[in-house]
Amino acid sequence: MTTFVHDLGWGAMRFIDELGKLAIFSARILRALITPPIRVRLFVDELFKLGVLSLVIICVCGLAVGMVLGLQGYNTLARFGATESLGAVVGLSLVRELGPVLTALLATGRAGSATTAEIGTMVATEQLDGLRMMSVDPVHLVVTPKALAMIAVMPILSALFIVFGLFGGYLVGVQLMGVDPGSYVSSLESAVEFTDDVLGSLLKALVFGVLVGLIATYRGYTSAPTSAGVSAATTSTVVVASVSVLISDYFFTALWGV
Amino acid sequence: MSRSPTRDFLVGLFVLAGLGAVAYLSVNVGGLSSGGGLHLFAAFDQTGGLKPRAPVVISGVKVGQVNAITLDQNYRARVDLDLEPTLALPVDTTASIVTAGVLGDRYVSLQLGGEEATLKPGDEITFTESAVILERLIGKLIHNTDLEKNGEGSTK
Amino acid sequence: MPSSHQHAAMNSTVAGDPHIAFSGVRMGFGDREVFRSLSCRFPREKVSVILGGSGSGKSTILRLIGGLVRPQAGSIHVAGEDITRLSERQMYRVRAKLGMMFQGGALLDSLTVFDNLAFPLREHSSLDEAAIVTEVHARLDAVGLTDVDQLLPGQLSGGMMKRVALARAIMMKPVILLCDEPFSGLDPISTKRIEALLVGINRQLGMTILLVSHDIGSTMRMADWVLLLLPDGAVEGSPAELQQSRDPRVAAFLREDVEDTDFSVEVPPLPAQVLSAAGPRGVS
Repeated sequence: MTTFVHDLGWGAMRFIDELGKLAIFSARILRALITPPIRVRLFVDELFKLGVLSLVIICVCGLAVGMVLGLQGYNTLARFGATESLGAVVGLSLVRELGPVLTALLATGRAGSATTAEIGTMVATEQLDGLRMMSVDPVHLVVTPKALAMIAVMPILSALFIVFGLFGGYLVGVQLMGVDPGSYVSSLESAVEFTDDVLGSLLKALVFGVLVGLIATYRGYTSAPTSAGVSAATTSTVVVASVSVLISDYFFTALWGV
Repeated sequence: MSRSPTRDFLVGLFVLAGLGAVAYLSVNVGGLSSGGGLHLFAAFDQTGGLKPRAPVVISGVKVGQVNAITLDQNYRARVDLDLEPTLALPVDTTASIVTAGVLGDRYVSLQLGGEEATLKPGDEITFTESAVILERLIGKLIHNTDLEKNGEGSTK
Repeated sequence: MPSSHQHAAMNSTVAGDPHIAFSGVRMGFGDREVFRSLSCRFPREKVSVILGGSGSGKSTILRLIGGLVRPQAGSIHVAGEDITRLSERQMYRVRAKLGMMFQGGALLDSLTVFDNLAFPLREHSSLDEAAIVTEVHARLDAVGLTDVDQLLPGQLSGGMMKRVALARAIMMKPVILLCDEPFSGLDPISTKRIEALLVGINRQLGMTILLVSHDIGSTMRMADWVLLLLPDGAVEGSPAELQQSRDPRVAAFLREDVEDTDFSVEVPPLPAQVLSAAGPRGVS
């Protein structure tokens, strides 16, 4: 019993310690943002690697999720004779929750783990030490463009996910199940509001981008310089980032709705 | 630092697509307006649950949306309307709050009048018909039925 | 444990005005202690070799000089400055005088050879592209490489990769060159080539060179000064002094050189199960 309490306390302290280190790491990134030179080239490269290369998975999954929503939504609404509100159901679900959250989870798996693995491998092959010896701050050169790109990319991917999802809902609802297209669109447009829903959705995606970006780069940067270490860091990114996204989703939703 | 220009192009497309999606969601779906429409307002005794962003309709065609609903100094509901800028509405146009179907959402329907002079931006639509509250209607019906039963004749 | 160090000879003029000096340095990783109290000096404008068995902490010395790791105690003077007192940002200034050739090369694997070499110039100088091309090709010539500009580090052979790493290390004209196992994994010809390059750089540019090695033969050929890391202390001196040393541990270490043709270690007989294993090549 006492060992359990001891371990719990130890675990809690380690958690707080890690949180502190993450905060310090984030401060270094912030400082790097305002230090010249500005690494535009690298930033654009990362936008490509994290954003463009994630397009396929985001759009395909967006379409699929929208189609499922269309189906499930139709079946449930049919019970109440309210199928012309399908657009509203699909739209609100996607915009408020599924768009930002699922996009963040997918991006964690694809882009987040790739980032961690890339940085971790650079640690293992002494490339980061090599940079230090050439008087170049590895946080400035390697970490910051990646983190910044993740933040920039998340709202874009989320918006695309939602649009594809709306289309998927349209495909199933209107083409398949026979909902009137005008009703779909008008119930969608009247239910979804810019300030409450769309803006909140984009900000949520931005916050998730910050979380995933920081966690993925931190884990890569602090990974043990062995292949086992890189692998452990990569899985840790996926787990920690996913959980953080879901938990912060609750807090963001609660606060935004106030 | 040689990177392929294709990459840059794709990144540019990506950003454009994203901004396009954001714009679509904000304006078309979310109803973000640049405020450049024809702004009119009307005062009602009862809005019956009319919501902001509800459509404003002429002859069944959507021509704008409800911007805001506030209480004016006479404790009537002031409904601000944002309409298409090209509309020419006579000064005796009527604004009514009606329901889509029996139990559906409320919206504003405009009935054109016959005057030559048209409403200018910021003008008030003076002829209004408030929303019909179903419960009151039923209440009245019951009240009338009771009066009839008690032999007091019909009331309006 | 006996006292920390011994100087092999009192009047060795080679170590007169040290470019780098360690004093009472204690260094460990977790539970493992690497140095208890290391004091040593490396002379200016000479080639110094750090010798020792695996795990003796040779690479750690270079990392300490570069400020990549910090000692738990003691001071380290590099070009007159005690770097243990400096912050990471201040270290960048000191590192401008250093060049480091990593054991694995540590080249940026997403950049071509040319971009790898141009990198320090693009970061820290305001030379235009034409001047950068000249500088890069000059270093590549110096290490004897041609036509490698557009290759990626992954496409280089071991020897070529080491030479590119060396070229990068001398890109910014450092005063001190640190080399971590520059000969590891190389065939004898490539080893001799890198040796010649290092000695040439030292003689012609007057660069202080510190290198880590376990190759005793090349050490004796190249070194002006040797630091020998033994399990219970360190010994430093010129190669001649070390070879004439009466210290039994030094003599024992130096005897492990490549001219020996006998196994100096007993080869125990293989276990019976291994010998009797019947297989395609075994005799059953």
